[in-house]
Formats: sequence, C-alpha cells, structure tokens
Amino acid sequence: MNLTTRLGGVELPNPVMTAAGCGGSGRELAQFFDLAKLGAFVTTSVMMRPRAGRPIPRVAETPSGMLTSMGLPGPGVDTFLARDLPWLAEQGARTIVSVAGNSAEEYAAVARRLGDAPGVTALEVNVACPNAEDRGLMFGSHPGAAAEVVRAVRAHTRRDVPVLAKLSPDVADIVTVALACVDAGADGLSLINTTVGLTIDTGTMRPALTGVSGGLSGPAIRPIALRCVYEVHAALPDTPIVGVGGVATGLDALEFILAGACAVGVGTTLFHDPSAGPRIARELEDALAERRMERLSDAVGLAHRPPVNALAGLVPRQIRPEPPATSHPKSDKAEDNAKEPKP
Amino acid sequence: MQAPGTVLTVRKVEAYHAMTLVAPAVAERFRPGQFVALAVGGEHTSRLRRRCFAVYEVKSDYGGSVEFVFSARDAGTRWLAGRRARDSVDVIGPLGRPFPLPRDPVRCLLVAGGHGGAALFSLADALRRRDCQVHFVLGGADAAHVFGARSAKRVGDTATVITEDGSRGLRGSVGDVLPRVIEGTGAEVVYACGPVATLRSVTAIAADYGIPSQVSVEEFLQENGACGVGLCMTCVLPLIGDDGVTRMVRACADGPVLRGERVRWNDIGTIPLDALGAPRALHLSEGTAEGGEAW
Repeated sequence: MNLTTRLGGVELPNPVMTAAGCGGSGRELAQFFDLAKLGAFVTTSVMMRPRAGRPIPRVAETPSGMLTSMGLPGPGVDTFLARDLPWLAEQGARTIVSVAGNSAEEYAAVARRLGDAPGVTALEVNVACPNAEDRGLMFGSHPGAAAEVVRAVRAHTRRDVPVLAKLSPDVADIVTVALACVDAGADGLSLINTTVGLTIDTGTMRPALTGVSGGLSGPAIRPIALRCVYEVHAALPDTPIVGVGGVATGLDALEFILAGACAVGVGTTLFHDPSAGPRIARELEDALAERRMERLSDAVGLAHRPPVNALAGLVPRQIRPEPPATSHPKSDKAEDNAKEPKP
Repeated sequence: MQAPGTVLTVRKVEAYHAMTLVAPAVAERFRPGQFVALAVGGEHTSRLRRRCFAVYEVKSDYGGSVEFVFSARDAGTRWLAGRRARDSVDVIGPLGRPFPLPRDPVRCLLVAGGHGGAALFSLADALRRRDCQVHFVLGGADAAHVFGARSAKRVGDTATVITEDGSRGLRGSVGDVLPRVIEGTGAEVVYACGPVATLRSVTAIAADYGIPSQVSVEEFLQENGACGVGLCMTCVLPLIGDDGVTRMVRACADGPVLRGERVRWNDIGTIPLDALGAPRALHLSEGTAEGGEAW
C-alpha cells in the first residue's frame, strides 16, 4: 500500500497529521508513539510572544465534541525555535508550524523568524485569529483579510516550504475564502478550524466558558468539515487539502480523502485517545486495501464521481446522465473534477 | 501506558464509588500521588473528555490492579459507577508528578478534603516504610463525604476527622483544626489533596509554621482537565517557578502534586497580569492591541 501524499512540493509518507493546537509540544504524544510515524506533526499556533491564553474554564464537553476557548496559549516564537523545533527534528518528525498573529505584520514577522530554521516542513497560516486592527474581527471571515495574511507569510517563507491556509467554516462561503488564499499564494488548505458555539452551565446559569463562546471541535463537526472539503475540492481540484474535523477512525479519514482531501488532521480525538495517530493511519490503510486500492492518491476526491448505477453497464454510454455540475458558481474548474467512474 | 483495563469491582464507599481495574502497566510503575485518566462511555462514546482520578492503591493480584475513588456527579462518572466486573475501560497511567518522599524519617501530616483522602493512603504506606510518623487530618461536608476516616485511624499515628456539619468528628473545616494538629504533632512536612479551598488554607497555615507543603490538585484536574496527558491545556493554574516568574502550568503534566507555596491560590481561575504571556491591553511600543477574541 502506498500511503504517500504530497503537500505542494513536500512528500509525506502517510496522510495522518496532528491538528494544530492538539498535539502539545510533541513530547506529550511521544510517550504514546514515535512522532516520525505521523505524516506530519502540526504545532500549536506560534506567535511572536509567549501567550498565557484565557482563564479557565477553557473547555466544556458537548455531544461528540468539545467547546474550547483557549486564547491561543503558546510559548512564543523564540522559545519554540530554541526548545520545541529542534526536539521535533531530533525525533524525525516532519513539522508543520502553525503561524498566528494579531496583525498581518505579526504573521509576517513569525514567518520570517521561522524562515531559515532547519526542520520546518511547511507552514500553516491560522487565519482564524482576531485582527487587532479590525475590531478583533477574525481574518478568516473576510476573503481579503485572509488573503492578506497568507500573502504576508508567503512573502517571508522560502519557496520550497509550502504554505497552507487553515480556514474557519464560519464564513458565508468558504470557497470564496479558499480561492482568495490560493490566489494569494497558499500551496494548500487545511479545512476546517473549529466552528463557534456556546454552552451554558445550568448550575451557575452562566456560559460554561470564560470566553463565553468557544470553538466546537470533535466528531460533532465532521459533517461540516466534509462539506467544506467537498466544496473546496470541487472548486480547486488541484489544491492539496488537509481535512480536519472530528477524524477519529480510519473510515473517518477515508471520508475526507474521498471528499477531496489528500491528508487529514487529528485533533480533539488525541485528547481522548493519544495513540490515535498511528491507529488511524493503520485503519486507513486497511480500508483502502479492502476497497482494492493500491495508492492513497487513487482515493482522493472519488466522492465527486457521478453515482454508479447498478445497471450502468446496460445503459448505452451516450444516455448515461451527465456528471452533475458542482453547484458553486465561482467554480470554473468544476468539470475537470467530475471524474469518470472506475470500471 | 494506555491500555484497556478490566473492571474487577465497583463498590460504593459512603458518598463515593471505588473502582478496581486490572491494569498491570499502571500498577507496576505507580508512585503515590500519581493518577489515571479514563475514557468514559465505551468504544463509541460521545463523551471525549478523559476523567482523571488519583490512585488509591495498587496491588499485585491479577498481574497488577489499581483502585481509585470518585464521585459520580456527571454522566461520565455515573457511567463509570455503572460498570460491572469484566467490563473494559480504557485507562492511561500512571500519570503526573508524584509526592516527593523525605529522605529521613520525619513527622508528616497528611491532610485531605472529601475524596482527596484516597490519594493519601499509598503515600502513608510509603512514608511508613521510611519510618516517618504519619498523622491524618480528614475533612468533608458531612460524614459521608470524608474518605478513609476508619483506615486513617488504623494507619495513622493520629487521625483527626472534621466535618462542616459535625456529623463525624469535630465540627468545622480542616483549616480550623490544622494549627492545633501541627503544634500537637510537631509536623515537619504537610501533604494534602482535596478541593482548591482546602489546599489554599493548608498551604497558608503550613507557611505560617514554616513547614513545606506538597499538595495534589487532583480535584481541580478532575474538574478542568480533558486529556490528562498535557495536550489540551485546559487544566492550567498560575505557579511561581524557581526563577520567580509566574507561569500557567498544567495540573496534569506539571502536577498534580505541586509545592503549595508556589501556587497562586487566590489567582486560580484568572491569568495574573504578571504571568508569562499574560494579555496586555496595549503594546505602546508597537501600537497593536493584543489578547482579543481567539479560540
């Protein structure tokens, strides 16, 4: 079985990664498995300065998910470069550094600091950060602002280091944001970040989290993530997509691959099952083998085929239904994507 | 360190439940003060938070078993309470920083609130083996919410029980009786486990007497933790480091046993303004605001 996958110019031995902010510094997970077994280790978002994050309570359990309001705690880029990145490199992990900022300048400054550091496989731009210069509005909620931070990071990153944009689903049209980011130089997309939710503590009769609302993650959001991956792949079939959102099993990962992702990020599941990364890779491998596929790449985007009719073989070719055009009006590449069913 | 554990017994102990699991890997490596993190709800659970419990004791039977005590107060812990013999529960452990043990035989005071008492009995055994004196102070809301009062009387050189309603032992809170016990026993070190309020008062009183305190924030971890292994960053509390700098540390991976006088008890639930990485309203040098809404 060939599980290798490509993100821009980088080849990964398998498609299973951690999701940003869910794998700690790497040391915590390394108690459970060899980090080199992951396709890539995606870091917690790195900002210029150390950040303590929000006061507790930061987490509330919700059905098949978690609502969290962390406030992007992190060590800051200096400590990350001195302490975490070299350690990850020693483990043989392929490290994708999540980059965050309060302004396009901060994103650029972090990217510049990471620029020449050895051991950076790719950058992932977390555009779901508040823009301090725009009333704290999330960059990712506006295609122009998302593109601006992607452009800022791309401009300060070596050409051979792919830049991914991690998008929020909380937008009117994720394809518009995806197109803007790719136009701005993103080599790939991570879909999706958490979606905003609220939960109320019926004991205190107040919102359960200090941050009032929080980001919903876990299997609860998997269908939302799949919808986003499917829509964006239809519009941008050549852009590598990392599917993130409630991946807990190999079959979940396969769903994302079929929807058009070429890799998956495992997030909240790691809190529940810290050994999940290699397990999901194994289960995905088995699931592909059961479907008689020899390469992961054969499965990418397969869900976009027209439905297979049991009588297809009996229907004269010319009257077989046309592949359905994807509904997105901005997608001028939709036809490229509608592949013929396999014999 | 992560493995399915087979349930041996679940029994009711006053207001709490005690579960014994066959978990050789935990039993083998356990040191007093460490905890286990359990998945609840079975294989296809919709409850993703791991529940963290201090280990009460480990035994060598069935290749290695581990017992812990918990309060069934939410759906996840009620699910645990409903397990029967031979059921399987996914368990990670032993986790966290154990209680440091004194090199010399010293007089030790072990203080607990509620089910926190469960964490102290394996410690008492270890201290006994080092010829330390062991004195207990166990507190709780009422008689049913004091764990181990009888065992403490058996194991300890002395045992003082105090309940808020006076239904067992003295009436009042642990802090009321502590100065008297410290004076009476000549305690040289205090170990404690229980609610934050109890640990705060234990630390303050120990400091008044100039004796060190090692406290387990296991109950805080139970309430705030989601993974138990240091990944999720939800169980953070402000701790003063050796360099004098306050950092938000994880109760699970940096604790659960912490030096009491290093914890900023009154600032738990906040990010102290002088903590490393605390939000600052405005960086005048850069002119950019920081610390806005971010998930």
